Amino acid sequence: MILHPETKKALAPFVLPGLIAGPVLIVGLYLFLTSIPGGLARVIIFCGALIIFAALNAAYLVWLERKVCAHIQCRIGPKEVGPFGLIQPLVDGIKLMSKQLLLPKGIDPFLFKVAPLLVLVPAVMSFVTIPFGEHLAARNINIGLLMIFAFASVNVLGLLLGGWGSANKYAVISAARAVSQNVAYEIPMLIIVITMIMVTGTMNLNEIVMQQSGWFGNWYIFRFTASPLMPVAFLIFFVCSLAETNRAPFDLGEAESELIAGFHTEYSGMGFGVFFMGEYANIVIGCSLATILFLGGWQSPVGIASGWWWFLLKLYTLIFCVMWVRWTYPRTTLWGLLNLSWKILIPITLFNLLLTGAMLKIWPH
Amino acid sequence: MSDLARSQNQETFVLNLGPQHPATHGVLRVKLTMDGEYILRAEPVLGYIHRMHEKMGENRTWAQFMPNTGRLDYLGALSYNHGYALVVERAMGITVPERAEYLRVITVELNRIASHLLWFGAFVLDLGGFTPLLYAFDDREKILDLLESVTGSRLTFCYFRFGGLYNDVDDDFITGSRAFIKRLRSRMPDYHNLVTNNIIMIKRLKDVGLISAEMCRKYGATGPVLRGSGVDFDIRKNEPYSVYSEFDFDIPVYHECDSMARYMVRMDEIEQSLRIIEQALDKLPEGPVMAEKVPKIIKAPKGDYYAAVEAARGTFGIRVVSDGTNTPYRLKLRSPTYSNLSLYEEASQGMLLADALALMGSLDLVIPEIDR
Repeated sequence: MILHPETKKALAPFVLPGLIAGPVLIVGLYLFLTSIPGGLARVIIFCGALIIFAALNAAYLVWLERKVCAHIQCRIGPKEVGPFGLIQPLVDGIKLMSKQLLLPKGIDPFLFKVAPLLVLVPAVMSFVTIPFGEHLAARNINIGLLMIFAFASVNVLGLLLGGWGSANKYAVISAARAVSQNVAYEIPMLIIVITMIMVTGTMNLNEIVMQQSGWFGNWYIFRFTASPLMPVAFLIFFVCSLAETNRAPFDLGEAESELIAGFHTEYSGMGFGVFFMGEYANIVIGCSLATILFLGGWQSPVGIASGWWWFLLKLYTLIFCVMWVRWTYPRTTLWGLLNLSWKILIPITLFNLLLTGAMLKIWPH
Repeated sequence: MSDLARSQNQETFVLNLGPQHPATHGVLRVKLTMDGEYILRAEPVLGYIHRMHEKMGENRTWAQFMPNTGRLDYLGALSYNHGYALVVERAMGITVPERAEYLRVITVELNRIASHLLWFGAFVLDLGGFTPLLYAFDDREKILDLLESVTGSRLTFCYFRFGGLYNDVDDDFITGSRAFIKRLRSRMPDYHNLVTNNIIMIKRLKDVGLISAEMCRKYGATGPVLRGSGVDFDIRKNEPYSVYSEFDFDIPVYHECDSMARYMVRMDEIEQSLRIIEQALDKLPEGPVMAEKVPKIIKAPKGDYYAAVEAARGTFGIRVVSDGTNTPYRLKLRSPTYSNLSLYEEASQGMLLADALALMGSLDLVIPEIDR
């Protein structure tokens, strides 16, 4: 770690307290959050915690993305601001917040302003039902899965309105692309979710995780008695979540070599920042769902010491894969993307649905 | 134009691509008439970086124009140095020492590889893949270091002189070049694994952006664009200049006419250039690098002279008319990308925006060379 001597001197008194206080804070927060009873206090505390979680994720996933892509490309990545560049996201955040919000001529001001929020708010709302640990979920509701997908479909509206409202041709093209892409990929994704609901018999996310307890052979990705195509279903779910979140190789909405920045071309400062936070929050949601549905959520792969740490480990491994894919593959075209969905993914998922139905008839749980 | 006529009743719009746009690699502007994502007409608008090089040539002495040739195609500047040196040497009847000829070939081919590597990275970047760019830059950096050690500059070279070279190379350059050949040969399979065999690349490039040999003839396209259309034409083989006839190398030709063919031509050319450099290093004779009887003040005899070289992007032709004074009477540059871009309007008709930009990337445009 190369640090400026002055920085080192300034940071020195904080190292030991930080090393002690960090874990203590995390454990304390965990104990605190799990022990809160219902009522107004729980709502307020969890709202705050989830917003902080989403914001920190957005900030530090950008840092992680820059580090991952740097190492893939034989570079070092951010290293100047703080140790390993860890303070960079905060500084970037301050920069974005202090920038002027430009409203270009000819835009629809209301749509232009509301669009970033329509991307961010549903994503943060979706965190409410995610069970991070056995008792660590803001609300453990019975239709959690349905709620997440209801909110996820609002996301498209944000992209469409952002593109339309900016009165920019590139943004409009991008919005049209994003909508057709999202519609095409929501179908195979939902078919897989229907399959999973048939297998699990519940839409309660925590119950789905409970059903996968024990060793990792109990995870739904390896539950071959439910459907021999389970690993394929996981793969399709992962691909669809890439497409749903506009990530490479499906980042047609913001194809920088074609559409400059796509739907957020005209956004400056925090307008862009909120879009960005929404995008990363959506990635976290997509990977969380894949973890919960297929990889056993917070269950330990060996059956002992289950807890939120397993959830985060699996979640960030998946997110790393998302980044890995992005920095390896070039972009597909719109037709390639739609063909993949309609000609390959949807038939496979439909077949999987039928197969699962038949298997359930033969071996009922 | 039939597409355009048919679309008169539909809603079309004009999309202004450039002069500041990530895909145009400079200040090229393309006026696109679009129907949704389909391109009805793409009209390149030039002139944003016009610097009147030809007029400058008429006002400068013969030697003073040499640095200008390094500023046309800044990615393959040595070929342009070479073209101008050739034409003046032809006019003056100067014979270049053999060592200088070999070194010219070595440096020009190194420069060609550097240019193709940069194109490779930028092309994949156009297709949305960022990582190969930095790998290509890593290798290109080695070439630039080598060239810097002998020419003194890294981009806008002015290394050639009428009758030879500005200075001789040292042993470090020779060993460095040999090491580089080895290094790049070991890296090429990585490039092919990462990019060429990538399913998304193949889907995007195969049978997309067709340019027929007929279209190339019509617009005068040369270089990898022409060779990707199945025409076996390379000045280095067809009208050998310098000492190219002494080397054993192939001209890669692909008959598919699509973007993939142009991509493969360039990737194969990198390997062929490595072969040429290897042979030239083996055969490199001893001796002076500058002809002895070159007059201090160049005054080309009256007449009309032409020389053409194979630059990284195609045929670079240079024609000078001399009236016997110390400046050219007229100087005309025939730059390859200008002709290669001319076919863009016809070739891109009816394409999707994403494919049209892949086609534009496969033409390997360098804007200062188009505008001159």
